[in-house]
Amino acid sequence: MSFEAAEPAMPREHYLNAQRGAWSWLTTHDHKRIGVMFLGALLCTFLLGGVFALALRLELLTPGETVMGRLAYNRSFTLHGVIMVWLFLIPSIPTSFGNFLLPLMIGARDVAFPRLNLASFYLFLLGAVMTVWAILQGGVDTGWTFYTPYSTATGTDVLPVLMGVFVVGFSTILSGLNFITTVHTMRAPGMGWMRMPIFVWTLYGTSIIQVLATPVLGMVLLLVALERVAGVGLFDPARGGDPLLYQHLFWFYSHPAVYIMILPGMGVISESVSAFCRKNPSSYRVLVWSTVGIAFVGFLTWGHHMFVSGQSVLGSGTFSILSMLVAIFTALKIFTWTSTMYRGSIWMSAPFTYVLGFIFLLFFGGMSGVAVAVTSADLHWHDTYFVVAHFHFIMVGASLMAFLAALHYWFPKMFGRCYPEGLGVGTAVLIIFGFIATFLPQFLLGNMGMPRRYADYPEHFQSLHVASTAGASLLGFGFLIIAAYLGWSLRHGRVAGRNPWGSRGYEWHSDSPPPESNFHAPPDFPYRPHDYSRPDTQPEVGHAA
Amino acid sequence: MNDVLRSILFLPEEGSTLASRVDGIHFFIILTTMVVGAGIGLTGFVFLLRYRRRYAHALTEAFTAPMWLEVLFVTVPLSFFLLWGALGYRDYVWSRAAPPDALDVYVTGKQWMWKFAYPEGPGAVDVLHVPAGRPVRLLLTSRDVIHSFYVPAFRLKMDAIPGRYTETWFEAIRPGRYPVLCAEFCGLNHSLMRAEVVVLSPAEFEAWRAEQGGDQVASGAGLTEPLVARGRLVATREGCFQCHTVDGTPHIGPTWRGLYLREEPLDSGGTIRADVAYLTESMMEPQAKVVAGYAPVMPSFQGRLSAADVASLVEFIQSLRPERPVPPAAREPRYELRGR
Ligand code: HEM
Ligand SMILES: [Cu+2]
Repeated sequence: MSFEAAEPAMPREHYLNAQRGAWSWLTTHDHKRIGVMFLGALLCTFLLGGVFALALRLELLTPGETVMGRLAYNRSFTLHGVIMVWLFLIPSIPTSFGNFLLPLMIGARDVAFPRLNLASFYLFLLGAVMTVWAILQGGVDTGWTFYTPYSTATGTDVLPVLMGVFVVGFSTILSGLNFITTVHTMRAPGMGWMRMPIFVWTLYGTSIIQVLATPVLGMVLLLVALERVAGVGLFDPARGGDPLLYQHLFWFYSHPAVYIMILPGMGVISESVSAFCRKNPSSYRVLVWSTVGIAFVGFLTWGHHMFVSGQSVLGSGTFSILSMLVAIFTALKIFTWTSTMYRGSIWMSAPFTYVLGFIFLLFFGGMSGVAVAVTSADLHWHDTYFVVAHFHFIMVGASLMAFLAALHYWFPKMFGRCYPEGLGVGTAVLIIFGFIATFLPQFLLGNMGMPRRYADYPEHFQSLHVASTAGASLLGFGFLIIAAYLGWSLRHGRVAGRNPWGSRGYEWHSDSPPPESNFHAPPDFPYRPHDYSRPDTQPEVGHAA
Repeated sequence: MNDVLRSILFLPEEGSTLASRVDGIHFFIILTTMVVGAGIGLTGFVFLLRYRRRYAHALTEAFTAPMWLEVLFVTVPLSFFLLWGALGYRDYVWSRAAPPDALDVYVTGKQWMWKFAYPEGPGAVDVLHVPAGRPVRLLLTSRDVIHSFYVPAFRLKMDAIPGRYTETWFEAIRPGRYPVLCAEFCGLNHSLMRAEVVVLSPAEFEAWRAEQGGDQVASGAGLTEPLVARGRLVATREGCFQCHTVDGTPHIGPTWRGLYLREEPLDSGGTIRADVAYLTESMMEPQAKVVAGYAPVMPSFQGRLSAADVASLVEFIQSLRPERPVPPAAREPRYELRGR
């Protein structure tokens, strides 16, 4: 291990202190500040969703009523699902890290439409507040999928939540448009498409899905609202409507939406694998084209949510095969990340620990996804805890692991300070194990036949539920530790210097934290992204491994 | 081997001919996944040890995966996925096409119970009697929201959707009792919407069916539903049948057959829906709302019926619905040939 003693200094002026006062934050057009504000908002929604997750797990500790009644349980899982999916996972990485890093990575001073960017933040905030307020007001018990005819028949107040999610959808569309335009028009001179960092590619792919799919969601939500208010009868069989129409429309958006959640995470992982193996990705081309492939084929698989709904047998077979195609792109990425380690120089840092957790969870989450896409197997697994485990492996395991990896990897860039690395690695291990302990038993519960969204269950399911709840408490504990040391590091962490990881990512060319204008001089990226085969052009860097 | 895998994976017993097919593909998927997972894990682990960082600024030579490796990465998993898909699809097609000699059962999901009815009469709530070793075709629909009929031991699941009929079938292997659950969220008591499939040997099933014969609807329901059976007893004991029939013919009082939720015209004008509240009121205060065309002769049972008696009577009356749901009219457009 070599150690460079030169103690880096905090740059004197940066985006955090360039202007002062709450007002300067609330009216800022700076993509970095907007990214940080999004990060703050997202941490709040995650906390709220997490508290309800623990409440759900506690209720399921024993059969019968443990801490809440059935109505309260139904409302809680809806609240948990709505918040986690619509208010946390879908916006998470693009709006926080994407906003912060995209211009830095392509050498731009800001996104294409800075004011729109701020508007997108406020729309998100408005939608989030509406949703949370509505849910706390009376509660909704439809689950995050709002399936009709239940959602048009239930006595709980669905409308405000639909409207909240609708508004959040607008925020998503605006962010997507902004990113697409930025990538097309604001790349630094000389940065061709095949020289863009992988993270930028994944943000681009995500934005395309957002812009194409979210309007469908908006439309569906409006139709449900119309159905509730005016009884138009689109989905109500008593009026000649079709309940399955809703499911088709809903999943036409929501299946691609799971790729909105996962693609940016894959971008984060691609960046971190490279940085912590000090290695170019073993195939840049594969990482790029699999991103495009996922964004495209993701639109063709929605029917795999409906194998037992009575849809045509041929339809099910078609959707099954198309789902296999989308899985192959994920498999390609996993192979590429693993082979990137080959002949690298690997540093088991906290972000890299999350990377390993990510690859593990994505592999099993993805394989269980292929498994439920097999039509006959899904006869048993559909709507059981197997599915709950599957989507938590993917959504939480992968998106959340990537979020944590991003949080640790870019923390020094965003705030100019490092966090205690040893603590970081230890907590990462705790989180990964807590996670596996929580959701692995749920696969087995699904095999036993435990349906999802059950407030109460037959006795023989109990031991696995106890295991799952124990894992969840471990997980919750891990998050507390992270909150504690990251909070501490904001003030007291070691000053990071420009590039504490010795990364070749373009964003590390500017100061940490970056100046308000991102770069002091027009940026010049002398090598391809993720290239570690030539001597460093920024020799001032000091880092600890 | 099969049994070992089944217990490792916490799968319930295989109660139907479908179950072993579903489990077969399940085992195949799990085993390949584990093998590949172990392969990737080991490779990663070896790389981790072998390529640990030693110098902070070590350079690494650029390396690009050769084309043949990329091709391998695509073709090997894809061929496995497609193989699984094809094998699974074969069984799925099989599971959706009932053999022609199957026994038909109508299944109606309703918040929060499962109702079963055979074409020739007897119906039951929350208990389905079927013979072992004979295919049973289920025709499912729902009265309110979407439910999903799920028998874990049979690996069988099919949604029951309002306004539509869906179809599935199974063949139970051996006599026994198997839990039925509802797998699609359907409201407050979703998790309590449970029923049971009672698989009888063919001889027992025939005997059971013969017993259902006479007073088709009532005794069929009576046998299978303790509250309903008790309601029948109470009605006999209290002499309700002196005035009410259960076969649809009006007598001194209105018939109970199909009474539940019927719109009844009232003597005093207007109509009333015969819901639980009305049924209860009519037992306690019969003169309050008299159905048009009947004399106000019913005595009050206030104080004579315990709460449980009332509940079982109401259940009994509810069970007397004509059980066969009427298939919805075909909604396909009809085309007329022009110029004929
Ligand atoms: C401490 C960690 C967590 C625990 C213990 C947990 C637990 C649960 C439980 C018990 C359910 C209800 C399952 C059911 O009744 O069907 C559920 C549903 C769900 N969870 Fe989590 N969860 C956790 C974290 C997350 C996170 C971080 C996300 C998203 C980022 C998430 C997304 C979902 C979704 C989408 C559903 C489905 C909701 C629905 O079916 O309506 N969960 N979770
Ligand atoms: Cu149900």
